[in-house]
Amino acid sequence: MKILVCISNVPDTTSKINFTEGDTKFDTNGVQFVINPNDEFGLTRAMWFKEKQGAAVHVVTVGGAQTEPTIRKALAIGADEAIRVNAEPTDGFFVAKQLAEVVKNGGYDLVIAGRESIDYNGGMVPGMLATLLDMNFVNTCIGLEIDGNNATAMREIDGGKEKISTTLPLVIGGQKGLVQESDLRIPNMRGIMMARQKALNVVEPVDAPQPTQDQKFEKPAPKGAVKLVDADNVGELVNLLHNEAKVI
Amino acid sequence: MSVLVYTESLKGKFKKNAFEVASYAHKVAQDLGTSVTAVTFNANDDASLGNYGVSKVLKIANDKLETFNAKAYADALAQAAQAEGAKVIILSSSADSKFLAPILTTKLNAGYVPNVVAAPDSTSPFVVKRTAFSNKGFAHTEISADIKVIGLSSNAFGVVENGGSATVDNFSPSLSEGDFAVKSVEVDRVVGKATIADADIVVSGGRGLKGPENWGMIEELAEVLGAATACSKPVSDLGWRPHGEHVGQTGKPVASNLYIAIGISGAIQHLAGVSASKTKVVINNDPEAPFFKAADYGIVGDAFEVVPKLIEKLKEFKAQNA
Repeated sequence: MKILVCISNVPDTTSKINFTEGDTKFDTNGVQFVINPNDEFGLTRAMWFKEKQGAAVHVVTVGGAQTEPTIRKALAIGADEAIRVNAEPTDGFFVAKQLAEVVKNGGYDLVIAGRESIDYNGGMVPGMLATLLDMNFVNTCIGLEIDGNNATAMREIDGGKEKISTTLPLVIGGQKGLVQESDLRIPNMRGIMMARQKALNVVEPVDAPQPTQDQKFEKPAPKGAVKLVDADNVGELVNLLHNEAKVI
Repeated sequence: MSVLVYTESLKGKFKKNAFEVASYAHKVAQDLGTSVTAVTFNANDDASLGNYGVSKVLKIANDKLETFNAKAYADALAQAAQAEGAKVIILSSSADSKFLAPILTTKLNAGYVPNVVAAPDSTSPFVVKRTAFSNKGFAHTEISADIKVIGLSSNAFGVVENGGSATVDNFSPSLSEGDFAVKSVEVDRVVGKATIADADIVVSGGRGLKGPENWGMIEELAEVLGAATACSKPVSDLGWRPHGEHVGQTGKPVASNLYIAIGISGAIQHLAGVSASKTKVVINNDPEAPFFKAADYGIVGDAFEVVPKLIEKLKEFKAQNA
């Protein structure tokens, strides 16, 4: 089995978000970039398939040279090879088209992406990729087993979960649950050393339209001060929620 | 040329978000000088959508579509969009809508923007405001493709009743075997309890509650309020509560009218995930907890004393206002 894990290079979850150039760009100044958490759960599940079922695992990102430390980390965790499509990922459909080209050329059976990136939150790349290639697709995937050509997946739905049966080739939009938080791996020194020897192939993008454009960003309006209610006067909270906030 | 809207239902009954997306579609249709066509799947009371601004319903009644199937539903919606010549398609932010949206968008060569929080800034060019950076920011995004697909954030636009009426036409999309290559084997859904996705009120517990055995009062508070229960990331990582309850940046987003955080300090990732809620209440014994900076109302105190009192007061309130 040949697996491709799609990695998005995103600001660390603790990052303060600011915008620059007249609020038209995300301000990367002082921001630490990491593997998108939803992708990291998928990468870790791919490592399981590699170790238990002998799968080959490649990772891909669409991004400039500044994303290479993130993709090297994926190699240090255990991926065999990496591909970087040398383009700025400014639109979900554009990214899906780039990934479709990589999947076609690489002949992958299983593509694991995250359900969404935690920066632009588009959540569209996995489904678009699957549709472009006519591969099966399961989103918000919280469990995945592969047996030969058959796949059994768990999908998180609103208020529960759904067991799904399908076949390879398959694209999944994964999230926590594919593996647990405690299963995530921190690269060790040997992994980091080995990652330096592994191939990181840079490919140029294919032409693709960008049907959406972010024109301007803004930050949420600053929050007013909290209204404190005395712990001995809980009835006052009920009163405020009913008469002032009008939510009960 | 109408605005097309996918109105979700469960076992024949429309979900709350169906009325919200219909209301939003009505606003967009007004801006564009056109009308709203809704697509329903095995729904019971199709004409009721008229009250939310829908003029015409394309009713799909098909046993094979009894359980949601993203590819088949997307195929049906694409055919409905083509039949109507729709240039704008409105979806919700449910797990199902987010599953089918990219499939539908790709089939129609459209442009898709999810997490939209307001009526379009303008319709020519077509620009919408959406959340980005996990609610730590907003983006104004232009959709330049001919067909626009919009995913509306939950509880962002609200439900607007206008007393209108809708005609109902049967619609039979032609579906292929390939549409059902991803099969639902079993659905395990909590019944009779509000879900985080569409609850008006969410009650959430954190590590301050000390252990899973102490969730009784959270459940009781939720029951009194008709609320969904949720939890912070550490609580789900520790296995005190199921992962489906984890809310925050890497868990489920919350956009309820009222969010009550109990024993949750308010890490930046948690606050990002719940910030779309309209009113936030924090109960925590640490006055320095960051959540107090993000909340509208707060009580500094021991949750084990405050929550039972709150339950009691809410019961009194309910009795008086019943």
